[in-house]
Amino acid sequence: MGGPPDAASGWGDTQAAAPEELTIARKPQPEGGQAPVVQRVRIRYAKRGPLRFTSHRDFARAFERALRRAGVPIAFSQGFTPHPKISYASAAPTGVASEAEYLEIGLREEVDPGELRAALDAALSPGLDVLEAVVAAGGSLADRIEASRWRIELPEVDPKVLQGTVSAFLAATEVPVERMTKQGRRSFDARAAVMSIDVVSTAETPYGDAGVPCAILELVVRQVTPSVRPDDVLSGLRAVADLEPPVSPRVIRLAQGTLTAQGAIVDPLEADRDGASIGER
Amino acid sequence: MSAPSTTPRPAASNSVWPRLEPLLPQVTKPIQYVGGELGAVVKDWDAAVVRWALMYPDAYEVGLPNQGVQILYEVLNELPDVLAERTYAVWPDLETLMRAHGVPQFTVDAHRSVRDFDVFGVSFSTELGYTNLLTAIDLAGIPMLAADRTDADPVIVAGGHAAFNPEPIADFVDAAVLGDGEEAVLEITAIVREWKAEGSPGGRDELLLRLARTESVYVPRFYDVDYLPDGRIQRVVPNRPDVPFRVHKRTTMDLDAWPYPKKPLVPLAETVHERYAVEIFRGCTRGCRFCQAGMITRPVRERSITTVGQMVKEGLEFSGFHEVGLLSLSSADHSEIGDMCSGLAEQYAGTNVSLSLPSTRVDAFNIDLAQELSRNGRRTGLTFAPEGGSERIRKVINKMVSKEDLIRTVVTAYTNGWRQVKLYFMCGLPTETDSDVLEIADMAHEVIRAGRAATGSKDIRCTVSIGGFVPKPHTPFQWASMATPEVIDNRLKLLKQAINSDRSLGRAIGFRYHDGEPSLIEGLLSRGDRRVGAVIRKVWENGGRFDGWSEHFSYQRWVEAANEVLPTFGVDLDWYTTREREELEVLPWDHLDSGLDKDWLWQDWQDSLSEYEQDDCRWTPCFDCGVCPSMDTEIQIGPTGRKLLPLTPVNGMKVPTGAQQ
Repeated sequence: MGGPPDAASGWGDTQAAAPEELTIARKPQPEGGQAPVVQRVRIRYAKRGPLRFTSHRDFARAFERALRRAGVPIAFSQGFTPHPKISYASAAPTGVASEAEYLEIGLREEVDPGELRAALDAALSPGLDVLEAVVAAGGSLADRIEASRWRIELPEVDPKVLQGTVSAFLAATEVPVERMTKQGRRSFDARAAVMSIDVVSTAETPYGDAGVPCAILELVVRQVTPSVRPDDVLSGLRAVADLEPPVSPRVIRLAQGTLTAQGAIVDPLEADRDGASIGER
Repeated sequence: MSAPSTTPRPAASNSVWPRLEPLLPQVTKPIQYVGGELGAVVKDWDAAVVRWALMYPDAYEVGLPNQGVQILYEVLNELPDVLAERTYAVWPDLETLMRAHGVPQFTVDAHRSVRDFDVFGVSFSTELGYTNLLTAIDLAGIPMLAADRTDADPVIVAGGHAAFNPEPIADFVDAAVLGDGEEAVLEITAIVREWKAEGSPGGRDELLLRLARTESVYVPRFYDVDYLPDGRIQRVVPNRPDVPFRVHKRTTMDLDAWPYPKKPLVPLAETVHERYAVEIFRGCTRGCRFCQAGMITRPVRERSITTVGQMVKEGLEFSGFHEVGLLSLSSADHSEIGDMCSGLAEQYAGTNVSLSLPSTRVDAFNIDLAQELSRNGRRTGLTFAPEGGSERIRKVINKMVSKEDLIRTVVTAYTNGWRQVKLYFMCGLPTETDSDVLEIADMAHEVIRAGRAATGSKDIRCTVSIGGFVPKPHTPFQWASMATPEVIDNRLKLLKQAINSDRSLGRAIGFRYHDGEPSLIEGLLSRGDRRVGAVIRKVWENGGRFDGWSEHFSYQRWVEAANEVLPTFGVDLDWYTTREREELEVLPWDHLDSGLDKDWLWQDWQDSLSEYEQDDCRWTPCFDCGVCPSMDTEIQIGPTGRKLLPLTPVNGMKVPTGAQQ
């Protein structure tokens, strides 16, 4: 007995002998090699709406299927179980929407980045949208990810109350918070990484029912280890001023990139973009 | 593309999404409730005349890959005036939140309330999904008992293999369909369409009557069950003049005319199977006496090699899957399986596509096929299913394979480079003794010994996997008594000791088994009658959910509910499970016609007890099981003589279509 996959469809199936799904690598290594990478393309994509509940693992599987559907000449790693050459830069947490996720792929044939963008976008479910594809000019994508700008929507929270909470947070030099990680419960500071945090005034409540207040926060947070995520900042707001959102907050990552001295975020593909195709924005 | 936003997909007008969305960050794996799969369809509610909600009553990760639901979903949505959406069992964490916030059972496609649909179709491949059905009905806000429903409620239709005896859930479903669903759903749709166009005359009762008159939709409310003083059934008879005495199963004959799924659902969430599955044939006439699937899906109907090739090509292009499963009850038995495997292996050589072929056959041919399919370097595991440990018990169950054959076959696998094989057996079979089961250990020992001798290597293994036998309706074992969990568990303990009695050999043998308790409850549900419905309800009220999952299943809860409910009817748990039935007893499903002649089934049961084997009618003359003449069907097998041609490689990128509108 057990959970999936063994008890997958209940014990009833066991009477027609369960098909074996094991894949075992043969001992001899494959002959020859995989075609080399001739082009690297960097991609910005979005996780929108309901599909913001896609986990990073879910996205990675979907993206590999999309490469196959779109016939992208992706390069593979060497070895007996070759993997497609894809590297991801800091993925947004499950449940957080994003307009600014980045990855880089290695190709065995050169492609037009505009065509690549359109083909991949069509191959993914709506809500997982490929926004831009740029041929890499060099350097490391990961090195250009220093900070993120996030927006947090707090339905049924009064913006005035939120403003007070934010002021208390800003006044603190350190705001210790706790989060469960794979290593267990960890305690860390949620304050130092926060470069800016503002209550945004909007003319209307963008979501939810009319007449119900919705406070909106925008914040810029530096990429640190351990990472400080938007929910950690919310934990911080709870810690300093007992902010308890009555409804689950909605979070969206608006941008990622390098951080200027003024606290602005610079598009990480800026340096690659020189003359390359710019996709639909 | 829209401006930054967290909700670009406009919610359908009757969507519960705005109420569901705030709950999702609080549950595990929220992606399973979101929909948006490739291949998913969202249609305009108001433009549809007949609306189906389809359910596989288990968790999304198990239910989504289900072929039956995917096929019906696609067949129904191809009709312009019909809409079909899917719903799955929600985990207890979300169920609690949904109750607290008044969110009803919803479809994952457009997040509509299940109660708003015309028909609520539920596919049962196992009886252990029954409690999940009750959760869904209750969460949907539909009255639990069919008798209490009004015109505002959908008609709940059960299908799948368990629907061949829907009596335990007869109180909760409005109807049941036996057999293949493709054409059945279209016929039901046509009846609902016409009834609605006429202004729904006579309400729900009239609709159900029209369905019953087809003679292929069973409507339990139109049948009364009378009982004898000793608890056995006296008779099951229609209580209306114009409903048939017996309801017949449906058989879809030309599988080439129904090449579904064409657009397989590709989930974002992780599921138990991530592959394009194509049924290469339906039905099986090998005649294994324990196998309900083999009995109720007769006759054998092959899909031709060229249709399979076409489906694989288009299915892979649509889905982006890199695994293909060639499914059936015994895939190596397809008349052109050799050409099919070599043709597909050739077509996908040099790609990352891997092919798999579940097969229960114990012969070298199976290994040839596996060799062919592993040309791309990835090699699937090999499972051999002798099912019974001793020669004698294999005669009882009609699984014709000798010990010598098995050992020779497994050794061939080892010498061809496989280092691990799986051997599948059952425990608790009719007439089984401890020694029948202990012979499994001898067999495993000999396999390892012979394998080591042949390969000169100690690096070979086998896994012995044991399933519990459950007697099922419409099989020769429908009269058989079940062994008690104590007997099963003791035999498994003895077997484990026997396997490990030789330490060197024992180390090379893995041992996996299910204990006897869940099998006994499955036995209660599979051969139960309408009185068992009260047990299911009691278990559900006491918290029973996800009974197919060991971490949720509670034997105690089932035993307590059975002890509370069944004595009021003068019967008990043993009466349903460990009691052997007599020839003339009216069985709860006798009025449901699978095509099998009851006299033939009884004769096969007697043959079983005298250890007489029955051949496969695909290759030997008809043995009169009754299916073909009574159902007006016939065996459809090849060879067609056609071959799979090399695929023309397509270079360059393409913009795929088919994502959700």
